[in-house]
Amino acid sequence: MKQYIDFFISERQKIDESCPLLLNSFRETAFETFRQMGFPAYQSEDYPYTNVAGLLKDDLGFYLNLLKPGINPHKVFYCNVPNLNAYKYFVVNGHFFQEAEKNLPAGVYLGSLNVFAERHPDLFLRYYNQQASQNGDGLTAFNTLFVQDGFVLYIPENVVLEKAVQLTNISRGNVDSLINRRVLVILERGAQAKLLVCDHTSEDKAMSAATQVTEIYAGENTSFDYSELEESNEKTVRLASNFVRQAASSSVTINNITLSNGFTRNNYQIDLTGKQAEICLHGLAIADAQQTVDNFTIINHQTSNCHSNELFKYLLDDEATGVFNGKIVVLPDAQKTEAYQSNRNLLGNRRCRMYSRPKLEINADDVKCSHGMTTGQLDEAALFYMRSRGIPKEEAILMLKFAFASDALKGIRLEGLKDRLTLLIEKRLRGELVKCQGCF
Amino acid sequence: MLKIKDLHASINGKEILRGLNLEIQAGEVHAIMGPNGSGKSTLSAVLVGNPAFEVTKGEIIFKGQNLLELSPEERSCLGIFLSFQYPVEIPGVSMVNFMRTAVNEHRKRKGETPLSAGEFLKMMREKQSVVELDKNLVNRSVNEGFSGGEKKRNEIFQMAMLEPDLAILDETDSGLDIDALRIVAHGVNQLKRPDNATIVITHYQRLLDYVKPDFVHVLYNGQIIKTGYSELALELEEKGYDWLK
Repeated sequence: MKQYIDFFISERQKIDESCPLLLNSFRETAFETFRQMGFPAYQSEDYPYTNVAGLLKDDLGFYLNLLKPGINPHKVFYCNVPNLNAYKYFVVNGHFFQEAEKNLPAGVYLGSLNVFAERHPDLFLRYYNQQASQNGDGLTAFNTLFVQDGFVLYIPENVVLEKAVQLTNISRGNVDSLINRRVLVILERGAQAKLLVCDHTSEDKAMSAATQVTEIYAGENTSFDYSELEESNEKTVRLASNFVRQAASSSVTINNITLSNGFTRNNYQIDLTGKQAEICLHGLAIADAQQTVDNFTIINHQTSNCHSNELFKYLLDDEATGVFNGKIVVLPDAQKTEAYQSNRNLLGNRRCRMYSRPKLEINADDVKCSHGMTTGQLDEAALFYMRSRGIPKEEAILMLKFAFASDALKGIRLEGLKDRLTLLIEKRLRGELVKCQGCF
Repeated sequence: MLKIKDLHASINGKEILRGLNLEIQAGEVHAIMGPNGSGKSTLSAVLVGNPAFEVTKGEIIFKGQNLLELSPEERSCLGIFLSFQYPVEIPGVSMVNFMRTAVNEHRKRKGETPLSAGEFLKMMREKQSVVELDKNLVNRSVNEGFSGGEKKRNEIFQMAMLEPDLAILDETDSGLDIDALRIVAHGVNQLKRPDNATIVITHYQRLLDYVKPDFVHVLYNGQIIKTGYSELALELEEKGYDWLK
């Protein structure tokens, strides 16, 4: 931790150089916060299995003041979700890849965080880092301290963005490095949008770590569909913190899929602040070898008549580790809350480990809430039934695993994505997706 | 076709079959009757290679091959089929995908090319009519949410798809109403050929009214203690099993 503090003090100029004044203005407070809090402590209540300080080791290189990414993502990148009718953008090593301006509906902004801060300073100040500073921990402060750029999706009042938006994060380099990037989503009253974020690592010789802070503001009567797909390699560390604030009658769907990775920690804090807000939070993790997927979620029902539906599924094999830490909090005023949480885990052998902590904290009396967790192995009776019809054991196991996983894709509404994921998951389970196929 | 010699089998160390002998020729229908716990279902489980059961002694020769050396999937492809007493629900695996994989595995072992989607669907439609299976059921997950009768019909539908040489019907009549029983029995009879054989495991005479057995065996305490013709079933219905013990 100390070397990062020293680094910030000595390299401040370089850190600030290519970023706008407004973005830099948040660093001082973040510095104080990080100095006080440090990285989240290993084995603390919220981080029992993720050692952030250990993962972000001392000698990681930063991509600072990188005015031009070294590559053209359009040339080196093969998208694993082709045929998706979407506005496509890239963030390479934490820096937005500047595209020719696209023909967007009036008032819509899709693009670099840095440019957004300069073009829309009022919006930037109203939203940037608001949730992250209020609800975040030392890790989010660290991101704010060093962030170089990121992506903004801004939809003004009552505008419906029909076409989906696809953002691809590419990490690529020959030396061990650390990327700090942001995603800011603002949907004003009545707006609608769909966003797919794909994470790729293209180099498997060097370690690639990333911190990512995503803030989502869903105004009244908005609809936002958010899918995240991680397809990286075993040398990748992903530490992602997502903050979602929902106003009345907003509907947000989040699908998080870890298809292949190294070490992944996803934090979600969802605040349902207006009546009749709805959140659907689904997660699917497929991990084998020595991969780790740690998902930490908090859903706060702050007011009445809100609905939350949470489902996380883990498919583990080899020596993989899965962690699910899910908490639903129903505050005293949140009567008529409906909150459902479910965590289902399938373990391929005795060596993989699943740690699950489903939690419900209810402070109101007129609510419908449930939570449940199961961790088990493949259904032997089903396996035998399939074999008795002539299906070879390996194929039957694959079909059962696939059936287990595909359940978690039910919430995906993005056209074309579900079919593509179905194929990718099958490939993954067949071992044909041993490394990231997205880049080459 | 099938020759079982001095078969001993146990589950969790408890011996259930204690020296069972049985021989079946092509074209024959054999009924196996007997009181609860006599080993009827164990026999069917051992024939299809359920790993929960351990064969401790004896041999099973099917079409000249030592069955005990084969995996359940190999036995299926060799032509053995079990209609389960309790068909298993498999959420998330569609009937279409399940059957198509099974049929194509069978074809692969025979050196035939896999069926195209079109050919397969045509075959499904034909075979569904054998047991009057609701066409919507094949669009669902395997047995998920099927009624008891639908599950049994689905077993016979799968049998029609796989065209086994030896079909074992394990209490296929249990839990069926009269109409469903007639449909299931009709399906079984339609699938009968001179070169295949059927083992009907049942408690009651009523299925045998529809599926006429050539031989009736009484299984008791893990052994076949009496063999007769179809009249034996009627006699058992009338007198019970006590007079044989």
